[in-house]
Amino acid sequence: MDTPTGSAEARARAIRSAAVRPILAPGRFYWPAVLGLGALVLLAVAAYGYQVVSGLWVAGYSDRAFWGVYEADLVAFIGVSYGGALVSAILRVTNARWRAPLTRIAETTALVSLLVGASFAIVHVGRPERLWEIVAFGNLSSPIVWDFYAVLTYLVATVIFLYLPLIADAAILRTEPGPTSSGLRRHLYRLLALGWTGSTAQRRRLESAIGLIAILIIPLAISVHSVLSYAFSMTTRAGWHSTIFGPYFVVGAIYSGVALVIVVVAALRRAYRLELFITPRHLVLLGRLMVALALGYLYFTFSETLTGAYSGTTEDLSIVTTLLAGPYAPLFWLFVVAGVIVPIALVAVPGRRALERVVAAAVLAVVGMWLKRLLIVLPSATSPLVGQDWGSFQFTWVPIVITLGATAAIPLGLLVLFRFIPILAIDEMEHLMGSEAPAAETPKKEAEAWLAEPG
Amino acid sequence: MRLTEAVACGTPGWRARPVRAPWEQRIVQLEEALTLDPTAPGADTMAGCDNVPRPPVSRRRVLQTAAAIGVTAVVGPLAERFVQLADAAEPHPVADMSAAPAGPTRRWAMVIDLRRCDGCGQCTDACQANHYLRPEQTWLKVYELTDASGNTYFMPRPCMQCENPPCVRVCPVGASFQTDEGVVLVDQTKCIGCRMCMAACPYEARYFNWADPQPVPRLPTAPSPEFPAPQQKGTVGKCIFCVHQTRYGKLPFCVEGCPMGAIYIGDLNEDVAANGVGESVRLSTFLKDNDAIRFKEELGTRPRVYYIAGHGQDLGY
Repeated sequence: MDTPTGSAEARARAIRSAAVRPILAPGRFYWPAVLGLGALVLLAVAAYGYQVVSGLWVAGYSDRAFWGVYEADLVAFIGVSYGGALVSAILRVTNARWRAPLTRIAETTALVSLLVGASFAIVHVGRPERLWEIVAFGNLSSPIVWDFYAVLTYLVATVIFLYLPLIADAAILRTEPGPTSSGLRRHLYRLLALGWTGSTAQRRRLESAIGLIAILIIPLAISVHSVLSYAFSMTTRAGWHSTIFGPYFVVGAIYSGVALVIVVVAALRRAYRLELFITPRHLVLLGRLMVALALGYLYFTFSETLTGAYSGTTEDLSIVTTLLAGPYAPLFWLFVVAGVIVPIALVAVPGRRALERVVAAAVLAVVGMWLKRLLIVLPSATSPLVGQDWGSFQFTWVPIVITLGATAAIPLGLLVLFRFIPILAIDEMEHLMGSEAPAAETPKKEAEAWLAEPG
Repeated sequence: MRLTEAVACGTPGWRARPVRAPWEQRIVQLEEALTLDPTAPGADTMAGCDNVPRPPVSRRRVLQTAAAIGVTAVVGPLAERFVQLADAAEPHPVADMSAAPAGPTRRWAMVIDLRRCDGCGQCTDACQANHYLRPEQTWLKVYELTDASGNTYFMPRPCMQCENPPCVRVCPVGASFQTDEGVVLVDQTKCIGCRMCMAACPYEARYFNWADPQPVPRLPTAPSPEFPAPQQKGTVGKCIFCVHQTRYGKLPFCVEGCPMGAIYIGDLNEDVAANGVGESVRLSTFLKDNDAIRFKEELGTRPRVYYIAGHGQDLGY
């Protein structure tokens, strides 16, 4: 393998060959992986078809458990997409140079998980064929309509955010000799490159555009997750009707999102042999960011629980009791321990095998945060508003299969997309790392400088 | 133009389609079949609607005539039902509302006297049978609750028909709406089934069609917001204060079905209410004298359903 420590030319060659390897030769595990994940997605589609024909009762709903798994999925999958957007945007805005090998993976993950998350809006409604009415008859005082436009705007921004840095890369692939610039792909890259020549004027314009969208996507993502929380907090139900829900959801989204970026980056790094460019150091730094967010989320959870418990009003207290000592207690404490405290400990405690511990922490955080979303949705959706009888959500195979299929759709989407777009931002890497220290050491110095002087 | 007038005129109302329900069209056809000339001298017209003259014969008489000459078989069971109700409703003061001028609209209200309710559940049964609901769809649900001293009591809960309805506010497509008579209805041909209204309702008064609706016998009417039978899978349904009954001066099914006379239907404009055992009251006096309260007053929803508490009940006033 080429070593990036040689001449600038050799480094550029190494970057290009690593970036296009998934396009040219994705490896012998590629098709088995795509088929396996595709089968899971197809199973989920079949389960959805069954649900459409039979009605939503097959997914375990009832009048006293009117929201459940799909609503948790919607929040969780859109939530994780924030991680990709944020990692890339924050690192761009703060001009952290070690970001270069991560941005493409992060931005693609953001787009794919957002598409998967938004599709739960279709799965969750009783009449999916009428969703167009939100545009045609939209009632602007409805949080669902706010959700729709917030997610739509964010989706457009995510596409632009992925596409802009891709322009220069497409131009490189367009002119690169070899199989990447033949047939369909040649047309695709020519289209995507938009006549990019790499002139100073073009480069200046592109950089200011990327800078602008990187700044814009931060408030956009905050608005999406705030508005998602409003669908809950605008009601009068105990446990949902809470003023901290906006920031609570935002921090939860970033926490789970950074965790997903870690998982995806670690997996792709291994699968496509990107170890030369993405070092354990990168993942450890992302792990530290994740721990900061985990502490933030723990604080919000504590704050919410204490407020609900202390005033002792019947409805608030019943929700808190259900979570801390009632039927949902095992899941709640599982979330607190395995979803927050263990991940923090895995990353924060120094020692050997830091990389493995960060990845394990990230997996726990992603799963734990999904569980937490379920624990936000279910107690308040099933708590009695008249009388004392709780409703109950019946877990059936349908939402489980659909949720697993949606989970499989994220790696599937990434595997397919990286057959067409380079997995590393070639142009950006060449510019940020080309004439400097070896890539393997750059991140550490840069990152420490960045961490020492945030902002 | 108000909804009721719009309906009476057969002009587009809350949707871009004629709101004259097919069952009303049947009645009109029936009137025509009985050669009642709508343009005959004496045919009066309704305020704000002069394109459809009103026949000079009351609907009740038309229907009784129809029944007498055996047209019932053609019109179907609903007409039969009208005839029965028309007779049953004869002694009730509310029944005469059908003759009232169509000027200012009704402001429908309900009073539930908890002192009389013995929890028999016949109100729920009547509601479900006549709206063709599944057993779990209790648009009017009778809760068995415990008061502060440990005694149980029963509390029927219809839709509160809030004047400030949280469910209407959160509906993304305007499928939930409020008529100017103060009744919250659902257009099940528009509802996307997101259940945001179920989250917003503080009274658990909304019911989803999680599965195929209850089979419905042949009805002379297509489903409409005012008579949503059969229910539509994947949409929300709720108590509609039986607007399809009250418009014609008939009692809602639950009021009619309550053998204790615990449920009164009334009009805040006319200031009168009546129950199913033939009693009528002056509404304002009745509410005041009995210290009537509204459920969860503190939420600011301004329900149109009033409760008269018995002893030791906490309804949140």
